[in-house]
Amino acid sequence: MNNKIKKLIPQVLTILFVVLIFGFFTINAQVNMDNRGIDFGFGFLKQEASFDMQFTLLDYDGQDSYLWAYVVALLNTLLVSFLGIIFCTILGVIIGVARLSQNFLIRNSAAWYVEFFRNIPLLLQIFFWYYAALRALPLPETAEPWFGVTYMTIKGYYIPSMIWENFNVFLSCLIAAIVSIIFIRIYAKKLQEREGKQLPIFYISIGLLIILPLLSFLIGGVKLDFELPVLKQLAQTSFIFEGGIALPPELIALVVALSLYTSTFVAECVRAGIQGISKGQKEAAASVGLNPNQILKLVIMPQALRIIIPPTTNQYLNLTKNSSLAAAIAYPDLVLVFAGTALMQTGKAIEIVGITMLTYLTISLLIAALMNWYNKKIEIKEK
Amino acid sequence: MKLSLTTLKTNNPMTNIYIGSLLFILSIFDVFIYSFLNLNITSFLPGNLTIFFPLIIGLIGLSFIRMEYTGIKFIDNLNKHINTTNFNALLTLLIIFTVLKAIPPALSWMILDANISGETKEACTGTGACWTYIKVWFKRFMYGMYPNELHWRINSAFILVIALGFVGYFFKENLKKYLALYYVIIYPIIAFLIIYYLISGGSFGLVWVETGAWGGLSLTFIVSFFCLIFCFPLGMILALGRRSNLPAIRYISICYIEFWRGVPLITVLFMSSVMFPMFLPEDFFMDKLVRVIIAITLFEAAYCAEVIRGGLQALPRGQYDAAKSLGMGYWKMHIFVILPQALKLVIPGIANTFLALVKDTPLIFVVGLAELAGMLALAKTNPKWLGFAMEGYIFAAIIFWIICYAMSKYSYNLERKYKTER
Repeated sequence: MNNKIKKLIPQVLTILFVVLIFGFFTINAQVNMDNRGIDFGFGFLKQEASFDMQFTLLDYDGQDSYLWAYVVALLNTLLVSFLGIIFCTILGVIIGVARLSQNFLIRNSAAWYVEFFRNIPLLLQIFFWYYAALRALPLPETAEPWFGVTYMTIKGYYIPSMIWENFNVFLSCLIAAIVSIIFIRIYAKKLQEREGKQLPIFYISIGLLIILPLLSFLIGGVKLDFELPVLKQLAQTSFIFEGGIALPPELIALVVALSLYTSTFVAECVRAGIQGISKGQKEAAASVGLNPNQILKLVIMPQALRIIIPPTTNQYLNLTKNSSLAAAIAYPDLVLVFAGTALMQTGKAIEIVGITMLTYLTISLLIAALMNWYNKKIEIKEK
Repeated sequence: MKLSLTTLKTNNPMTNIYIGSLLFILSIFDVFIYSFLNLNITSFLPGNLTIFFPLIIGLIGLSFIRMEYTGIKFIDNLNKHINTTNFNALLTLLIIFTVLKAIPPALSWMILDANISGETKEACTGTGACWTYIKVWFKRFMYGMYPNELHWRINSAFILVIALGFVGYFFKENLKKYLALYYVIIYPIIAFLIIYYLISGGSFGLVWVETGAWGGLSLTFIVSFFCLIFCFPLGMILALGRRSNLPAIRYISICYIEFWRGVPLITVLFMSSVMFPMFLPEDFFMDKLVRVIIAITLFEAAYCAEVIRGGLQALPRGQYDAAKSLGMGYWKMHIFVILPQALKLVIPGIANTFLALVKDTPLIFVVGLAELAGMLALAKTNPKWLGFAMEGYIFAAIIFWIICYAMSKYSYNLERKYKTER
């Protein structure tokens, strides 16, 4: 009995403390909002947003609602995170492997790369790319084409856009290819377990991935055209590119800075993962008669990935959160559009900051839950 | 004598080395001359071959060097470290060539063509960097808009605070038990009072300087220092809370930690600047800098808590059981047995958290506090000094890099030190 009360008292006190703080804040907020004539509510989401966004993935103009502005801005955030994650993974894996190279020069260059980009604040890196490096690019009229059809200018990166005819047919062919590859892999695994035969899965997969979409071009009536960016003169000295897709400099600066910065952390995860596998594993695999490719694929990678993936996912999460620094260089992401412009216009500080935080929190918790599930799945099953 | 290109066999095994070294040195010489003196000695070759020529002869040279075991230590080291396979040789050459190509333009921009004399923009005439800009704005970058004649106050405050930080080292043996008390409670209070009275002023005959005028690198230090000393105790409490047996306390701690870890710092700063004033009583005013420091402290405390929790989890169960069997209560057990060991384990992790904290401080720029990044933005848009963004950001990057690199090396050393002791 005595013990129970002893356990109860601190809990009750803590809860009371938390409730009191929240109560204090709520009452103050009530009073403050009454004084300023603001009412609490999410009705504003349906109102007309009446501001423009410089770069959007979906159609958006000032007449759309705040809710739509939120969706569009969220997509912009996700776009930056997606691109950043892809590039930082590629760079990170290369640098991480390079850090373990036998080659003295490569090993040290990789180490210096990591030390260099890791120890400069991300915000400064973003500023550097946006205000200093990308401003040194040529104007549209003097830009030289990269790879023949793309133009890197001070106003952004212009790439050809694709114009599809019967895109649905192509997409369904692609999906069919992927689904059939999955089935063939399952069948091949069963076949190997039953009869010991090995199918050339890799070549079959590649073949399917190429042949099925190709068939859709030949038979399905799919057509693909490229719209190239073309230089156009607006006035005496003002030129722009028309057609194609224009990637704004904000996006480029952000993706470059985010992927360079995060790739250093991914590289460290990769290095730790590969170093975490004991040499005995490799030697044992070799003594069983596996070839170097098989050793990497069947013995080293499955174990290394178990170490690499959880911290790397954490870095992806950090990258997603760090993408909110976009607000500092006016890339229309969630923070700038919603917690910036929309907040200024409506004055609904509590609701808007709350929604913004909740969005990021949801993304984080979702990825964390996924991670836990994955960890459970791949953890070593001991008897 | 047979002569074939793949296995070149002569009576003298050194022939391979001679040929290989000659080709290798020739390739480096070619690139060197081209990048430093802008002289293309292979211009007689057609088209793209000029570009790839040094690469090709370098590769052939390295493969000759690799062919035979010589017993010369230098060559063997070379083969072992930078020349193991053709692929490695290619990468080696690419790195050497890149460095050679990058040195001249970087050197001429940073030093040879740069200007540092003079006081105005007109002094910068060369094509290189304009360090005059940094020189003129240096005080602003360091102290923000703080009045020039009062800079001694910031300097002396910092010196005092740092000196007080080292006092712990000189504690007598009988005072050592109060060391933790000193660092966790007394030191932060004294440091706060020093910074408040010396930098803010307002009493003792010192002129009042409002926090809006603070800025530059000194503000970065002030913010990270306070967040650092406040977030540590808070993180400790949260870590203990998360490992508590009491469900209410545990769940509240978990909610707190997961919430702050799930949101980006920039939204936390927005919250502190636009949302938090709504939660305070009407006529209660809190300075923006204080709000920002509170926000960052709450944010970093969650990360700190997770690091400390790692240390608590790493302790063997026996420590808990032993302490309990001696009849120690919860607090006694943690203060005298668990925390001293756990905190020693997590020192490197904590150092990393602090490193992240220092790297995060430039973010306070988005709520209008002009620390180094903010001052750079201000200087960049000054009509008298347009067009020197590059110099400014490189300067800031160098400063931050030195600070962060020193910190990360220090934490690495700590990590090694404590690893060997266990």
